[in-house]
Amino acid sequence: MIRDITLGQYYQADSVIHRLDPRVKLVATICFIISLFVVESWIGYVIAALFLAAVIKLSKVPFKFMVKGMKAIVFILLITVVFNMFLTPGEALVTVWKLTITKEGLRLAAMMAIRLSFLIIGSSVMTLTTTPNSLTDGMEKLMNPLKAVKVPVHEVAMMMSIALRFIPILLEETDKIMKAQIARGADFESGNLVKKAKAMVPLLVPLFISAFRRANDLAMAMEARCYRGGEHRTKMKPLQYKRRDGFAYLTLVCYLTVCVLSNYIL
Amino acid sequence: MIVNRFLQKDNNMGIIKTDKLVFEYIRRDEEGNVEGITRAVDEVDIDVKQGDFVAILGHNGSGKSTLAKHINAILYPTEGAVWVDGMNTADEKDIWNIRQEAGMVFQNPDNQIIGQVVEEDVGFGPENMGVPTEEIWQRVEESLKAVGMYEFRKHSPNKLSGGQKQRVSIAGVIAMHPKCIILDEPTAMLDPNGRKEVVRAVRALNDVEGITIVLITHYMEEIIHADKVFVMDKGKVAMEGTPREIFSQVEKLKELRLDVPQVTLLAHELQKSGIDLPDGILTIDELVQALSRVSQVMQKCKERR
Repeated sequence: MIRDITLGQYYQADSVIHRLDPRVKLVATICFIISLFVVESWIGYVIAALFLAAVIKLSKVPFKFMVKGMKAIVFILLITVVFNMFLTPGEALVTVWKLTITKEGLRLAAMMAIRLSFLIIGSSVMTLTTTPNSLTDGMEKLMNPLKAVKVPVHEVAMMMSIALRFIPILLEETDKIMKAQIARGADFESGNLVKKAKAMVPLLVPLFISAFRRANDLAMAMEARCYRGGEHRTKMKPLQYKRRDGFAYLTLVCYLTVCVLSNYIL
Repeated sequence: MIVNRFLQKDNNMGIIKTDKLVFEYIRRDEEGNVEGITRAVDEVDIDVKQGDFVAILGHNGSGKSTLAKHINAILYPTEGAVWVDGMNTADEKDIWNIRQEAGMVFQNPDNQIIGQVVEEDVGFGPENMGVPTEEIWQRVEESLKAVGMYEFRKHSPNKLSGGQKQRVSIAGVIAMHPKCIILDEPTAMLDPNGRKEVVRAVRALNDVEGITIVLITHYMEEIIHADKVFVMDKGKVAMEGTPREIFSQVEKLKELRLDVPQVTLLAHELQKSGIDLPDGILTIDELVQALSRVSQVMQKCKERR
Protein backbone atom coordinates (compact mmCIF):
# COMPACT_ATOMS: atom_id res chain seq x y z
CA MET A 1 0.00 0.00 0.00
CA ILE A 2 2.73 2.37 1.01
CA ARG A 3 4.50 1.75 -2.30
CA ASP A 4 1.71 3.36 -4.25
CA ILE A 5 2.78 6.82 -3.20
CA THR A 6 4.30 8.52 -6.20
CA LEU A 7 6.62 11.38 -5.64
CA GLY A 8 6.74 14.52 -7.53
CA GLN A 9 3.42 14.72 -9.32
CA TYR A 10 4.86 14.79 -12.81
CA TYR A 11 2.25 14.31 -15.54
CA GLN A 12 3.69 12.79 -18.72
CA ALA A 13 2.61 14.67 -21.82
CA ASP A 14 4.19 16.21 -24.88
CA SER A 15 3.62 19.96 -24.79
CA VAL A 16 5.50 23.22 -25.23
CA ILE A 17 5.39 23.77 -21.48
CA HIS A 18 6.89 20.32 -20.84
CA ARG A 19 9.72 21.03 -23.24
CA LEU A 20 10.61 24.40 -21.76
CA ASP A 21 13.87 24.68 -19.88
CA PRO A 22 13.27 24.02 -16.15
CA ARG A 23 14.96 27.33 -15.36
CA VAL A 24 12.31 29.20 -17.34
CA LYS A 25 9.58 27.41 -15.50
CA LEU A 26 11.14 28.11 -12.12
CA VAL A 27 11.61 31.79 -12.84
CA ALA A 28 8.15 32.08 -14.34
CA THR A 29 6.52 30.48 -11.30
CA ILE A 30 8.30 32.84 -8.94
CA CYS A 31 7.37 35.83 -11.10
CA PHE A 32 3.77 34.69 -11.29
CA ILE A 33 3.54 34.42 -7.50
CA ILE A 34 5.05 37.89 -7.11
CA SER A 35 2.61 39.28 -9.66
CA LEU A 36 -0.30 37.92 -7.62
CA PHE A 37 0.75 40.04 -4.68
CA VAL A 38 1.58 43.10 -6.75
CA VAL A 39 -1.76 43.57 -8.48
CA GLU A 40 -4.45 45.32 -6.49
CA SER A 41 -7.31 45.66 -8.93
CA TRP A 42 -9.81 43.16 -10.25
CA ILE A 43 -8.53 43.74 -13.76
CA GLY A 44 -5.12 42.54 -12.57
CA TYR A 45 -6.62 39.28 -11.42
CA VAL A 46 -8.42 38.85 -14.71
CA ILE A 47 -5.07 39.26 -16.47
CA ALA A 48 -3.46 36.72 -14.13
CA ALA A 49 -6.33 34.30 -14.67
CA LEU A 50 -6.04 34.64 -18.45
CA PHE A 51 -2.29 34.06 -18.30
CA LEU A 52 -2.72 31.00 -16.09
CA ALA A 53 -5.51 29.61 -18.25
CA ALA A 54 -3.37 30.01 -21.37
CA VAL A 55 -0.45 28.19 -19.73
CA ILE A 56 -2.70 25.36 -18.52
CA LYS A 57 -4.21 25.02 -21.97
CA LEU A 58 -0.72 24.85 -23.51
CA SER A 59 0.53 22.30 -20.95
CA LYS A 60 -2.08 19.70 -22.02
CA VAL A 61 -2.42 18.62 -18.40
CA PRO A 62 -6.07 17.98 -17.45
CA PHE A 63 -7.39 20.71 -15.17
CA LYS A 64 -8.48 18.21 -12.53
CA PHE A 65 -4.84 17.48 -11.72
CA MET A 66 -4.28 21.12 -10.81
CA VAL A 67 -7.34 21.12 -8.57
CA LYS A 68 -5.96 18.08 -6.74
CA GLY A 69 -3.31 20.30 -5.24
CA MET A 70 -6.01 22.60 -3.93
CA LYS A 71 -7.38 19.90 -1.62
CA ALA A 72 -4.42 20.29 0.68
CA ILE A 73 -5.09 23.96 1.27
CA VAL A 74 -8.88 24.02 1.50
CA PHE A 75 -8.68 24.34 5.25
CA ILE A 76 -6.20 27.21 5.20
CA LEU A 77 -8.24 28.86 2.49
CA LEU A 78 -11.42 28.69 4.58
CA ILE A 79 -9.75 30.12 7.67
CA THR A 80 -8.27 33.01 5.67
CA VAL A 81 -11.58 33.81 4.06
CA VAL A 82 -13.55 33.70 7.33
CA PHE A 83 -11.05 35.80 9.26
CA ASN A 84 -10.78 38.39 6.54
CA MET A 85 -14.53 38.56 6.17
CA PHE A 86 -15.31 39.17 9.83
CA LEU A 87 -12.31 40.96 11.17
CA THR A 88 -11.73 43.73 8.63
CA PRO A 89 -13.09 47.03 9.92
CA GLY A 90 -15.24 49.11 7.58
CA GLU A 91 -18.78 49.60 6.31
CA ALA A 92 -21.06 46.96 7.86
CA LEU A 93 -23.16 44.82 5.54
CA VAL A 94 -24.66 42.10 7.74
CA THR A 95 -24.41 41.75 11.50
CA VAL A 96 -25.01 38.39 13.11
CA TRP A 97 -24.75 38.50 16.90
CA LYS A 98 -21.35 40.09 17.55
CA LEU A 99 -19.85 39.33 14.16
CA THR A 100 -20.05 41.82 11.34
CA ILE A 101 -19.35 41.21 7.70
CA THR A 102 -17.95 44.37 6.17
CA LYS A 103 -17.77 45.41 2.57
CA GLU A 104 -14.01 45.80 2.75
CA GLY A 105 -13.74 42.41 4.46
CA LEU A 106 -15.63 40.71 1.70
CA ARG A 107 -13.40 42.27 -0.91
CA LEU A 108 -10.23 41.34 0.94
CA ALA A 109 -11.44 37.78 1.55
CA ALA A 110 -12.22 37.27 -2.11
CA MET A 111 -8.82 38.63 -3.11
CA MET A 112 -6.98 36.37 -0.66
CA ALA A 113 -8.92 33.36 -1.87
CA ILE A 114 -8.03 34.14 -5.47
CA ARG A 115 -4.40 34.76 -4.62
CA LEU A 116 -3.97 31.53 -2.71
CA SER A 117 -5.72 29.33 -5.23
CA PHE A 118 -3.84 30.89 -8.16
CA LEU A 119 -0.59 30.41 -6.25
CA ILE A 120 -1.26 26.71 -5.74
CA ILE A 121 -2.46 26.13 -9.28
CA GLY A 122 0.47 28.06 -10.69
CA SER A 123 3.06 26.03 -8.82
CA SER A 124 1.31 22.76 -9.64
CA VAL A 125 1.63 23.65 -13.31
CA MET A 126 5.39 23.71 -12.77
CA THR A 127 5.62 20.43 -10.82
CA LEU A 128 3.21 18.68 -13.15
CA THR A 129 5.18 19.57 -16.26
CA THR A 130 8.75 19.16 -14.93
CA THR A 131 10.39 15.93 -13.77
CA PRO A 132 11.90 16.18 -10.29
CA ASN A 133 15.24 15.51 -11.91
CA SER A 134 15.23 18.42 -14.31
CA LEU A 135 13.84 20.57 -11.51
CA THR A 136 16.94 19.90 -9.41
CA ASP A 137 19.09 20.50 -12.49
CA GLY A 138 17.35 23.82 -13.08
CA MET A 139 17.77 24.88 -9.48
CA GLU A 140 21.46 24.00 -9.57
CA LYS A 141 21.97 26.10 -12.66
CA LEU A 142 19.92 29.03 -11.37
CA MET A 143 21.68 29.13 -8.03
CA ASN A 144 25.10 28.88 -9.64
CA PRO A 145 25.98 32.53 -8.91
CA LEU A 146 25.65 31.72 -5.20
CA LYS A 147 28.82 29.65 -5.52
CA ALA A 148 30.72 32.92 -5.32
CA VAL A 149 29.57 33.28 -1.72
CA LYS A 150 30.55 29.70 -0.92
CA VAL A 151 27.09 28.14 -1.09
CA PRO A 152 27.57 24.45 -1.96
CA VAL A 153 25.08 24.59 -4.82
CA HIS A 154 26.16 21.42 -6.62
CA GLU A 155 26.24 19.40 -3.40
CA VAL A 156 22.75 20.53 -2.44
CA ALA A 157 21.40 19.61 -5.86
CA MET A 158 23.15 16.23 -5.70
CA MET A 159 21.64 15.58 -2.28
CA MET A 160 18.19 16.44 -3.56
CA SER A 161 18.41 14.07 -6.49
CA ILE A 162 19.82 11.26 -4.33
CA ALA A 163 16.99 11.80 -1.84
CA LEU A 164 14.50 11.54 -4.68
CA ARG A 165 16.11 8.31 -5.85
CA PHE A 166 16.06 6.74 -2.39
CA ILE A 167 12.56 7.69 -1.27
CA PRO A 168 10.88 4.72 -2.99
CA ILE A 169 13.57 2.37 -1.68
CA LEU A 170 13.14 3.58 1.88
CA LEU A 171 9.36 3.41 1.58
CA GLU A 172 9.64 -0.18 0.48
CA GLU A 173 11.92 -0.87 3.39
CA THR A 174 9.49 0.76 5.85
CA ASP A 175 6.80 -1.50 4.50
CA LYS A 176 9.04 -4.52 4.99
CA ILE A 177 9.99 -3.63 8.57
CA MET A 178 6.37 -2.87 9.38
CA LYS A 179 5.23 -6.25 8.10
CA ALA A 180 8.01 -8.03 9.96
CA GLN A 181 6.93 -6.34 13.17
CA ILE A 182 3.22 -6.88 12.61
CA ALA A 183 4.06 -10.54 12.13
CA ARG A 184 5.60 -10.50 15.57
CA GLY A 185 2.60 -8.85 17.17
CA ALA A 186 3.36 -5.14 16.87
CA ASP A 187 0.28 -2.92 16.79
CA PHE A 188 0.42 0.23 14.67
CA GLU A 189 -3.31 0.79 14.29
CA SER A 190 -5.06 1.02 17.66
CA GLY A 191 -4.66 3.41 20.59
CA ASN A 192 -4.58 7.18 20.77
CA LEU A 193 -2.10 9.48 19.06
CA VAL A 194 0.58 9.17 21.75
CA LYS A 195 0.35 5.40 21.68
CA LYS A 196 0.57 5.33 17.91
CA ALA A 197 3.59 7.61 17.95
CA LYS A 198 5.26 5.34 20.49
CA ALA A 199 4.58 2.33 18.30
CA MET A 200 6.53 4.05 15.51
CA VAL A 201 9.79 4.09 17.50
CA PRO A 202 10.68 0.44 16.86
CA LEU A 203 9.94 1.13 13.22
CA LEU A 204 12.09 4.23 12.91
CA VAL A 205 15.19 2.90 14.65
CA PRO A 206 15.90 0.06 12.18
CA LEU A 207 14.93 2.34 9.32
CA PHE A 208 17.47 4.95 10.39
CA ILE A 209 20.19 2.37 10.85
CA SER A 210 19.62 0.95 7.41
CA ALA A 211 19.47 4.43 5.89
CA PHE A 212 22.88 5.21 7.34
CA ARG A 213 24.26 1.93 6.09
CA ARG A 214 22.91 2.67 2.64
CA ALA A 215 24.38 6.16 2.73
CA ASN A 216 27.76 4.71 3.63
CA ASP A 217 27.60 2.19 0.78
CA LEU A 218 26.45 4.81 -1.68
CA ALA A 219 29.22 7.21 -0.72
CA MET A 220 31.76 4.48 -1.33
CA ALA A 221 30.21 3.55 -4.67
CA MET A 222 30.24 7.20 -5.73
CA GLU A 223 33.87 7.62 -4.79
CA ALA A 224 34.75 4.41 -6.60
CA ARG A 225 33.22 6.01 -9.68
CA CYS A 226 35.47 9.05 -9.41
CA TYR A 227 32.94 11.40 -7.82
CA ARG A 228 34.77 14.40 -6.37
CA GLY A 229 32.20 17.12 -6.09
CA GLY A 230 31.11 19.56 -8.74
CA GLU A 231 34.46 20.66 -10.15
CA HIS A 232 35.72 19.26 -13.46
CA ARG A 233 32.33 17.65 -13.92
CA THR A 234 30.59 17.53 -17.28
CA LYS A 235 26.91 16.95 -17.81
CA MET A 236 25.28 14.15 -19.73
CA LYS A 237 22.18 16.25 -20.20
CA PRO A 238 23.31 19.87 -20.03
CA LEU A 239 20.65 22.56 -19.85
CA GLN A 240 20.63 24.72 -22.93
CA TYR A 241 18.32 27.59 -23.69
CA LYS A 242 16.47 27.19 -26.98
CA ARG A 243 14.55 29.75 -28.99
CA ARG A 244 11.26 28.82 -27.30
CA ASP A 245 12.81 29.60 -23.91
CA GLY A 246 13.68 33.11 -25.06
CA PHE A 247 10.15 33.51 -26.29
CA ALA A 248 8.82 32.31 -22.93
CA TYR A 249 10.95 34.88 -21.10
CA LEU A 250 9.64 37.59 -23.40
CA THR A 251 6.05 36.58 -22.70
CA LEU A 252 6.80 36.63 -19.00
CA VAL A 253 8.20 40.15 -19.16
CA CYS A 254 5.13 41.33 -21.10
CA TYR A 255 2.85 39.73 -18.54
CA LEU A 256 4.65 41.38 -15.63
CA THR A 257 4.56 44.79 -17.31
CA VAL A 258 0.84 44.50 -17.96
CA CYS A 259 0.28 43.47 -14.34
CA VAL A 260 2.21 46.43 -12.96
CA LEU A 261 0.57 48.87 -15.40
CA SER A 262 -2.90 47.62 -14.45
CA ASN A 263 -2.29 49.03 -10.98
CA TYR A 264 -1.67 52.56 -12.25
CA ILE A 265 -4.02 52.89 -15.18
CA LEU A 266 -7.14 51.40 -13.69
CA MET B 1 31.94 -2.83 -29.25
CA ILE B 2 34.34 -1.23 -26.90
CA VAL B 3 37.38 -1.78 -29.12
CA ASN B 4 40.03 -4.36 -28.60
CA ARG B 5 42.55 -1.94 -27.23
CA PHE B 6 42.38 -3.82 -23.95
CA LEU B 7 43.57 -6.96 -25.63
CA GLN B 8 47.17 -5.92 -25.90
CA LYS B 9 48.82 -7.91 -23.20
CA ASP B 10 51.80 -6.69 -21.31
CA ASN B 11 53.16 -9.77 -19.64
CA ASN B 12 55.99 -8.14 -17.78
CA MET B 13 54.08 -6.52 -14.98
CA GLY B 14 50.59 -7.58 -13.97
CA ILE B 15 47.82 -5.04 -14.07
CA ILE B 16 47.17 -5.60 -10.37
CA LYS B 17 49.99 -6.46 -8.07
CA THR B 18 50.14 -6.48 -4.31
CA ASP B 19 53.34 -6.75 -2.37
CA LYS B 20 53.14 -8.06 1.19
CA LEU B 21 49.86 -6.21 1.64
CA VAL B 22 48.75 -5.83 5.25
CA PHE B 23 45.62 -4.08 6.43
CA GLU B 24 44.63 -3.67 10.06
CA TYR B 25 41.33 -2.51 11.45
CA ILE B 26 41.69 -0.77 14.77
CA ARG B 27 38.79 -1.47 17.07
CA ARG B 28 38.00 1.24 19.57
CA ASP B 29 35.69 1.35 22.55
CA GLU B 30 33.27 4.23 23.19
CA GLU B 31 35.95 6.53 24.62
CA GLY B 32 38.14 5.97 21.60
CA ASN B 33 40.72 3.81 23.34
CA VAL B 34 42.25 1.10 21.25
CA GLU B 35 40.59 -2.19 22.14
CA GLY B 36 42.39 -4.37 19.73
CA ILE B 37 43.74 -4.68 16.24
CA THR B 38 42.31 -7.01 13.63
CA ARG B 39 44.47 -8.02 10.73
CA ALA B 40 41.98 -8.26 7.91
CA VAL B 41 44.59 -8.79 5.23
CA ASP B 42 47.86 -10.40 6.15
CA GLU B 43 50.89 -10.29 3.84
CA VAL B 44 49.05 -10.96 0.65
CA ASP B 45 50.99 -11.20 -2.62
CA ILE B 46 48.87 -11.47 -5.71
CA ASP B 47 49.68 -10.73 -9.30
CA VAL B 48 46.96 -10.44 -11.91
CA LYS B 49 47.83 -10.42 -15.60
CA GLN B 50 46.09 -8.12 -18.07
CA GLY B 51 43.10 -9.86 -19.64
CA ASP B 52 42.81 -12.56 -17.00
CA PHE B 53 39.68 -13.69 -15.25
CA VAL B 54 40.66 -14.07 -11.63
CA ALA B 55 38.44 -15.30 -8.83
CA ILE B 56 38.98 -14.71 -5.15
CA LEU B 57 37.25 -17.16 -2.86
CA GLY B 58 36.78 -17.21 0.84
CA HIS B 59 34.12 -17.49 3.49
CA ASN B 60 32.83 -14.49 5.47
CA GLY B 61 35.52 -12.53 7.21
CA SER B 62 38.39 -13.99 5.20
CA GLY B 63 39.48 -10.54 4.10
CA LYS B 64 38.50 -10.81 0.46
CA SER B 65 36.36 -7.65 0.38
CA THR B 66 39.00 -5.70 2.23
CA LEU B 67 41.51 -6.79 -0.36
CA ALA B 68 39.17 -5.67 -3.15
CA LYS B 69 38.77 -2.20 -1.66
CA HIS B 70 42.54 -1.77 -1.79
CA ILE B 71 42.62 -2.24 -5.54
CA ASN B 72 40.25 0.70 -6.01
CA ALA B 73 42.16 2.88 -3.53
CA ILE B 74 39.18 3.05 -1.18
CA LEU B 75 41.37 1.60 1.54
CA TYR B 76 45.10 2.16 1.88
CA PRO B 77 47.54 -0.51 2.98
CA THR B 78 48.79 -0.47 6.56
CA GLU B 79 51.96 -2.12 5.31
CA GLY B 80 53.11 -3.23 1.88
CA ALA B 81 51.86 -1.77 -1.39
CA VAL B 82 49.31 -2.18 -4.15
CA TRP B 83 50.03 -1.33 -7.78
CA VAL B 84 47.35 -0.90 -10.40
CA ASP B 85 48.73 -0.63 -13.91
CA GLY B 86 52.04 0.47 -12.50
CA MET B 87 50.56 3.16 -10.23
CA ASN B 88 50.92 2.90 -6.48
CA THR B 89 47.54 3.32 -4.78
CA ALA B 90 49.14 5.13 -1.88
CA ASP B 91 50.10 7.91 -4.27
CA GLU B 92 47.54 10.69 -3.78
CA LYS B 93 47.97 12.18 -7.25
CA ASP B 94 47.14 8.99 -9.13
CA ILE B 95 44.05 8.16 -7.13
CA TRP B 96 41.52 9.26 -9.77
CA ASN B 97 43.39 7.46 -12.53
CA ILE B 98 43.41 4.31 -10.45
CA ARG B 99 39.70 4.55 -9.77
CA GLN B 100 39.06 5.01 -13.46
CA GLU B 101 41.24 2.08 -14.51
CA ALA B 102 40.04 -0.28 -11.81
CA GLY B 103 36.27 -0.05 -11.71
CA MET B 104 34.41 -1.57 -8.83
CA VAL B 105 31.00 -3.23 -8.55
CA PHE B 106 29.61 -3.76 -5.07
CA GLN B 107 27.31 -6.25 -3.46
CA ASN B 108 24.06 -4.37 -2.94
CA PRO B 109 22.59 -3.27 -6.27
CA ASP B 110 20.32 -0.69 -4.64
CA ASN B 111 23.10 1.13 -2.86
CA GLN B 112 25.32 1.82 -5.85
CA ILE B 113 22.89 3.20 -8.41
CA ILE B 114 22.88 6.98 -8.27
CA GLY B 115 20.77 8.02 -11.24
CA GLN B 116 17.01 7.99 -11.36
CA VAL B 117 17.05 6.73 -14.92
CA VAL B 118 19.22 3.84 -16.09
CA GLU B 119 21.09 5.88 -18.72
CA GLU B 120 21.78 8.69 -16.26
CA ASP B 121 23.31 6.27 -13.82
CA VAL B 122 25.60 4.82 -16.47
CA GLY B 123 26.60 8.36 -17.40
CA PHE B 124 27.53 9.22 -13.81
CA GLY B 125 31.09 7.91 -14.01
CA PRO B 126 32.01 9.65 -17.28
CA GLU B 127 30.38 12.87 -15.98
CA ASN B 128 32.70 12.76 -12.98
CA MET B 129 35.69 12.23 -15.22
CA GLY B 130 34.83 15.31 -17.24
CA VAL B 131 34.11 13.50 -20.51
CA PRO B 132 32.45 15.77 -23.12
CA THR B 133 28.67 15.42 -23.42
CA GLU B 134 28.55 13.73 -26.83
CA GLU B 135 31.11 11.15 -25.84
CA ILE B 136 29.19 10.40 -22.65
CA TRP B 137 26.15 9.46 -24.74
CA GLN B 138 28.26 7.27 -26.96
CA ARG B 139 29.85 5.51 -23.99
CA VAL B 140 26.49 5.00 -22.29
CA GLU B 141 25.10 3.39 -25.40
CA GLU B 142 28.11 1.07 -25.82
CA SER B 143 28.17 0.01 -22.19
CA LEU B 144 24.46 -0.68 -21.97
CA LYS B 145 24.69 -2.76 -25.13
CA ALA B 146 27.67 -4.67 -23.76
CA VAL B 147 25.63 -5.90 -20.78
CA GLY B 148 22.43 -6.29 -22.77
CA MET B 149 20.48 -3.56 -20.97
CA TYR B 150 20.13 -1.06 -23.82
CA GLU B 151 16.37 -1.44 -24.18
CA PHE B 152 15.98 -0.51 -20.50
CA ARG B 153 17.86 2.79 -20.81
CA LYS B 154 14.83 4.96 -20.09
CA HIS B 155 13.60 2.87 -17.15
CA SER B 156 13.75 3.73 -13.50
CA PRO B 157 16.28 1.50 -11.69
CA ASN B 158 13.69 0.86 -8.97
CA LYS B 159 11.60 -1.13 -11.38
CA LEU B 160 14.38 -3.54 -12.44
CA SER B 161 15.17 -6.98 -11.04
CA GLY B 162 18.28 -7.55 -8.94
CA GLY B 163 20.22 -9.10 -11.82
CA GLN B 164 19.28 -6.23 -14.14
CA LYS B 165 20.28 -3.64 -11.54
CA GLN B 166 23.63 -5.35 -11.13
CA ARG B 167 24.14 -5.34 -14.91
CA VAL B 168 23.39 -1.60 -14.91
CA SER B 169 26.05 -1.17 -12.23
CA ILE B 170 28.49 -3.08 -14.38
CA ALA B 171 27.59 -0.89 -17.38
CA GLY B 172 28.21 2.16 -15.17
CA VAL B 173 31.73 0.90 -14.59
CA ILE B 174 32.39 -0.05 -18.23
CA ALA B 175 31.40 3.47 -19.31
CA MET B 176 34.50 4.71 -17.52
CA HIS B 177 36.62 2.52 -19.85
CA PRO B 178 38.45 0.66 -17.11
CA LYS B 179 41.22 -1.83 -17.76
CA CYS B 180 39.97 -4.07 -15.01
CA ILE B 181 36.79 -4.52 -13.06
CA ILE B 182 36.65 -5.73 -9.50
CA LEU B 183 33.35 -7.30 -8.55
CA ASP B 184 32.86 -7.61 -4.81
CA GLU B 185 30.30 -10.40 -4.34
CA PRO B 186 28.06 -9.00 -7.07
CA THR B 187 25.73 -11.99 -6.91
CA ALA B 188 25.37 -12.41 -3.16
CA MET B 189 21.97 -10.75 -3.01
CA LEU B 190 20.55 -12.20 -6.23
CA ASP B 191 18.38 -15.20 -7.03
CA PRO B 192 19.87 -18.03 -9.14
CA ASN B 193 18.64 -16.51 -12.41
CA GLY B 194 20.05 -13.10 -11.57
CA ARG B 195 23.34 -14.76 -10.67
CA LYS B 196 23.53 -16.45 -14.04
CA GLU B 197 22.73 -13.20 -15.88
CA VAL B 198 25.49 -11.34 -14.07
CA VAL B 199 28.10 -14.04 -14.46
CA ARG B 200 27.30 -14.34 -18.16
CA ALA B 201 27.69 -10.57 -18.61
CA VAL B 202 30.99 -10.60 -16.74
CA ARG B 203 32.36 -13.48 -18.78
CA ALA B 204 31.37 -11.78 -22.01
CA LEU B 205 33.28 -8.68 -20.97
CA ASN B 206 36.34 -10.76 -20.33
CA ASP B 207 36.06 -12.78 -23.56
CA VAL B 208 34.95 -10.08 -25.97
CA GLU B 209 36.37 -6.84 -24.60
CA GLY B 210 39.37 -8.39 -22.91
CA ILE B 211 38.79 -6.52 -19.67
CA THR B 212 40.60 -7.99 -16.70
CA ILE B 213 38.09 -9.34 -14.18
CA VAL B 214 38.58 -9.89 -10.48
CA LEU B 215 35.52 -11.70 -9.19
CA ILE B 216 35.09 -12.03 -5.46
CA THR B 217 32.53 -14.61 -4.49
CA HIS B 218 31.68 -17.53 -2.35
CA TYR B 219 29.69 -19.35 -5.00
CA MET B 220 31.91 -22.07 -6.38
CA GLU B 221 29.94 -22.45 -9.60
CA GLU B 222 30.96 -18.97 -10.68
CA ILE B 223 34.69 -19.56 -10.65
CA ILE B 224 34.81 -22.65 -12.87
CA HIS B 225 35.71 -20.52 -15.89
CA ALA B 226 38.33 -18.43 -14.14
CA ASP B 227 41.93 -18.43 -15.33
CA LYS B 228 43.20 -18.34 -11.80
CA VAL B 229 41.71 -18.71 -8.34
CA PHE B 230 42.94 -17.39 -5.02
CA VAL B 231 41.43 -18.86 -1.89
CA MET B 232 41.66 -16.64 1.15
CA ASP B 233 41.43 -17.58 4.77
CA LYS B 234 42.02 -15.42 7.83
CA GLY B 235 43.50 -12.67 5.69
CA LYS B 236 46.07 -14.89 4.00
CA VAL B 237 46.10 -16.51 0.60
CA ALA B 238 45.56 -20.14 1.53
CA MET B 239 45.52 -21.66 -1.96
CA GLU B 240 46.15 -20.47 -5.47
CA GLY B 241 45.95 -22.08 -8.87
CA THR B 242 43.59 -22.95 -11.72
CA PRO B 243 40.06 -24.00 -10.77
CA ARG B 244 41.00 -27.59 -11.56
CA GLU B 245 44.00 -27.51 -9.26
CA ILE B 246 41.93 -25.95 -6.49
CA PHE B 247 39.01 -28.31 -6.79
CA SER B 248 41.16 -31.40 -6.82
CA GLN B 249 41.95 -30.63 -3.18
CA VAL B 250 38.48 -31.25 -1.82
CA GLU B 251 39.64 -32.06 1.69
CA LYS B 252 41.60 -28.84 2.03
CA LEU B 253 38.65 -26.77 0.79
CA LYS B 254 36.45 -28.42 3.38
CA GLU B 255 38.97 -27.48 6.02
CA LEU B 256 38.64 -23.87 4.88
CA ARG B 257 34.85 -24.18 5.26
CA LEU B 258 34.22 -23.77 1.56
CA ASP B 259 31.69 -25.72 -0.44
CA VAL B 260 32.79 -27.57 -3.52
CA PRO B 261 30.46 -27.71 -6.55
CA GLN B 262 28.14 -30.68 -6.24
CA VAL B 263 29.61 -32.47 -9.25
CA THR B 264 33.14 -32.17 -7.93
CA LEU B 265 32.00 -33.40 -4.54
CA LEU B 266 30.23 -36.41 -6.06
CA ALA B 267 33.29 -37.28 -8.13
CA HIS B 268 35.44 -36.95 -5.03
CA GLU B 269 33.18 -39.27 -3.00
CA LEU B 270 33.12 -41.81 -5.84
CA GLN B 271 36.90 -41.61 -6.03
CA LYS B 272 37.15 -42.24 -2.32
CA SER B 273 35.00 -45.35 -2.58
CA GLY B 274 37.33 -46.79 -5.15
CA ILE B 275 36.15 -45.71 -8.58
CA ASP B 276 38.97 -44.61 -10.82
CA LEU B 277 38.16 -40.96 -11.68
CA PRO B 278 40.53 -38.10 -12.50
CA ASP B 279 41.02 -35.26 -9.98
CA GLY B 280 39.19 -31.94 -10.17
CA ILE B 281 36.09 -32.66 -12.19
CA LEU B 282 34.27 -29.36 -12.65
CA THR B 283 31.22 -29.91 -14.85
CA ILE B 284 28.47 -32.44 -15.20
CA ASP B 285 29.64 -33.28 -18.74
CA GLU B 286 33.14 -34.09 -17.56
CA LEU B 287 31.77 -36.42 -14.90
CA VAL B 288 29.49 -38.14 -17.37
CA GLN B 289 32.38 -38.67 -19.76
CA ALA B 290 34.68 -39.94 -17.04
CA LEU B 291 32.02 -42.31 -15.71
CA SER B 292 31.21 -43.71 -19.14
CA ARG B 293 34.91 -44.32 -19.66
CA VAL B 294 35.03 -46.16 -16.34
CA SER B 295 32.00 -48.25 -17.20
CA GLN B 296 33.55 -49.14 -20.56
CA VAL B 297 36.70 -50.30 -18.83
CA MET B 298 34.63 -52.33 -16.39
CA GLN B 299 32.67 -53.83 -19.24
CA LYS B 300 35.87 -54.89 -20.93
CA CYS B 301 37.13 -56.44 -17.72
CA LYS B 302 33.92 -58.41 -17.39
CA GLU B 303 34.13 -59.61 -20.98
CA ARG B 304 37.69 -60.73 -20.51
CA ARG B 305 36.68 -62.70 -17.46
